[in-house]
Amino acid sequence: MAVSVSDTRTDVPASSSSSPSATLSAWGRIPEKGREVLSEDLERSTLGATLCRGLGRSYGDSSLPANAADRVVATRLANRIVSFDEQTGHLVGEAGVSLAELNRLFLPRQWFTPVTPGTKFVTLGGMVASDVHGKNHHREGCFGAHVQKLRVRLADESVIECSPEEHADLFYGMIGGMGLLGHILRVEFRMHRVPSRWIRAETERVRDLDEFLAGLGRTAPQWPMTMGWIDCLTSGSSMGRGILTAGRWATAEEAPALPPPDPKERTFPIELPNWALNPVTASLFNTAYYWRHMAHRWSGLMTPDAFFYPLDAILHWNRAYGPRGFTQYQCVLPRAAGAAAVREFMFLLTKLGGASPLCVIKDCGPQGQGVLSFPLEGTSIAVDMAVSPDLQRIVDNLNAFVIETGGRIYLTKDRFTRAEHFRAMEPRLAQFVALRDKWDPKRRFRSAQSVRLFGDAA
Amino acid sequence: MKAIIFGGTTGMGRAIARRLAERGDSVFLMGLDTDDLVRSAADLTERHPQRAEVGYAVCDLEKPDGFSAALDAADAFLGEFDAVIVTAAMYATQDALEADVDLVRRLVTVNYANTVVFCEHVRKRLLARGGGHLVVFSSVAGDRGRKPVAIYGSSKAGLSIYLEALDHKFNAAGLAVTCVKPGFVKTGMTAGLKPPPFAGEPDQVARDVVDAMDRRKPLVYTPGIWALVMLVIRSLPRFVMRKIGF
Repeated sequence: MAVSVSDTRTDVPASSSSSPSATLSAWGRIPEKGREVLSEDLERSTLGATLCRGLGRSYGDSSLPANAADRVVATRLANRIVSFDEQTGHLVGEAGVSLAELNRLFLPRQWFTPVTPGTKFVTLGGMVASDVHGKNHHREGCFGAHVQKLRVRLADESVIECSPEEHADLFYGMIGGMGLLGHILRVEFRMHRVPSRWIRAETERVRDLDEFLAGLGRTAPQWPMTMGWIDCLTSGSSMGRGILTAGRWATAEEAPALPPPDPKERTFPIELPNWALNPVTASLFNTAYYWRHMAHRWSGLMTPDAFFYPLDAILHWNRAYGPRGFTQYQCVLPRAAGAAAVREFMFLLTKLGGASPLCVIKDCGPQGQGVLSFPLEGTSIAVDMAVSPDLQRIVDNLNAFVIETGGRIYLTKDRFTRAEHFRAMEPRLAQFVALRDKWDPKRRFRSAQSVRLFGDAA
Repeated sequence: MKAIIFGGTTGMGRAIARRLAERGDSVFLMGLDTDDLVRSAADLTERHPQRAEVGYAVCDLEKPDGFSAALDAADAFLGEFDAVIVTAAMYATQDALEADVDLVRRLVTVNYANTVVFCEHVRKRLLARGGGHLVVFSSVAGDRGRKPVAIYGSSKAGLSIYLEALDHKFNAAGLAVTCVKPGFVKTGMTAGLKPPPFAGEPDQVARDVVDAMDRRKPLVYTPGIWALVMLVIRSLPRFVMRKIGF
């Protein structure tokens, strides 16, 4: 290929042909001014960049530019597998390799990522920066616990490798660090061997919140993967009813001879109007979803896609929320606060009117080593919320409650938390700020979120 | 299939190389930069069902003197290739080209003259071994003289005509020629441009191209909807084309 002008052109994102009012959005579809630089060559494209983003699946503003003129690099074209060791499962990949691609390539060979979030449309770089967790958090911790080495572009433009042995402070800061200490260029981690390509799952219809919490506690020691869907639109005696799901990889004997069929992906065809998803339709949806699970208990085989990524079956499902956009409120309440705290949180949520069709609850294991990593031992609750005039008030109230219990929120989902609330819920903040002082004293790395929560210059 | 992909380290070429490697074809890459070729070859090996080694050679469309040596290297590695896919080319916006005549000279030389020279090398080799398949990326920009792609489009128009004639002339002798006309595809080349409606993804293009190869189609618009879009644009009267901005 000729020394293509297209390559050099990507160094000048403000090309005359693109509109000056370009905006970038993440999954919550609330845009910020700015544009992304798309390039296969991260070593070059990250020079001078303030932020990297993967597939834009974080809900809030952590992947959005602090300033419209900032150079934000999209990593999704930097998606080469550098090496894979068929004996040990050791994989080295460029930051833009997606989990969907890893599953497609390696699940047929019976290798799977040690930790997967609820969508496969994430990149390795994003999985590290968010230190994602999954249904197996109580067993395996976050993704960061399985990362062995990172190749990172630092604020002074140098490129170094960090690991638990080498520049360990940077390494643990990068894990869950929202890209604020450096640009992740490559990720090394260990894939897990799985005994088959099927999941053996058990689901149970649960009548109320107490039964739910007891069920999560009961299944966690027996099952490597657990989670629950809560109908948080019901109140009174059936508040907290829902469906509890537990699973493990099926053994070779249990699994059918045939591999799972390729997932059928449908695209949510249009953006619905804002009013389409309202308390009435949401309630109808939840009741239908709850009673679709006719039997009290079901057990059987599921495809990994149906088990891990039920929402990925409908591409662009975020269009259901309409042009107003939405956010997800996700917090973890510490075990010490007890079941009472979870019950109170659900009451508060219902009272504030923040409830929606999607509410997921999960038992978390101990806190990992990532300095700003989200999970801690306790109960994690995630609720989708459409943007409304009330939203800021709802988030403020929920945050005040979470601070009281000693819990915290998940930055990857957040768009509305106030800086003072963040400071109050994050005792590890000083440690992270010290890392920024050491590795990026001029605060080159920044996002719309870091402006809001860390007070970075816009 | 024993295929060369010239431009296979990036964009649509990368997607095609992956699709071929993943179904077990033998693959050889040509591109500008050795380090980049090494990394792409390793990626393809990990995707190949037999983890087959993937060969590579540096080849630059601005240096036609190197074409023969690169093709020799491919022949040595693959044991006589039978398919060649050319995605390599040069792109610049009309604004950039109008501001720099030297850039114009480079672009039309690379996209037309040197690409045709490369294809002639390939044609001779394939015909000498009884035939094969030549797939070259042209563009929908070559279908009609349009304001935003006056120069780039004309370089692709010349290429499209050459490829069509090649198909007419040598098809009976066993040489299949496929002219690929991608519409707007979201790659590093088009980063920074505002995607129009019907913008495609590289994977979609790769699927269409490999499918067209399997069926020996002489012409493929990808994504498919662009065949319809271009049919409309080709039939617009001249006075309309003068008025509109695309």
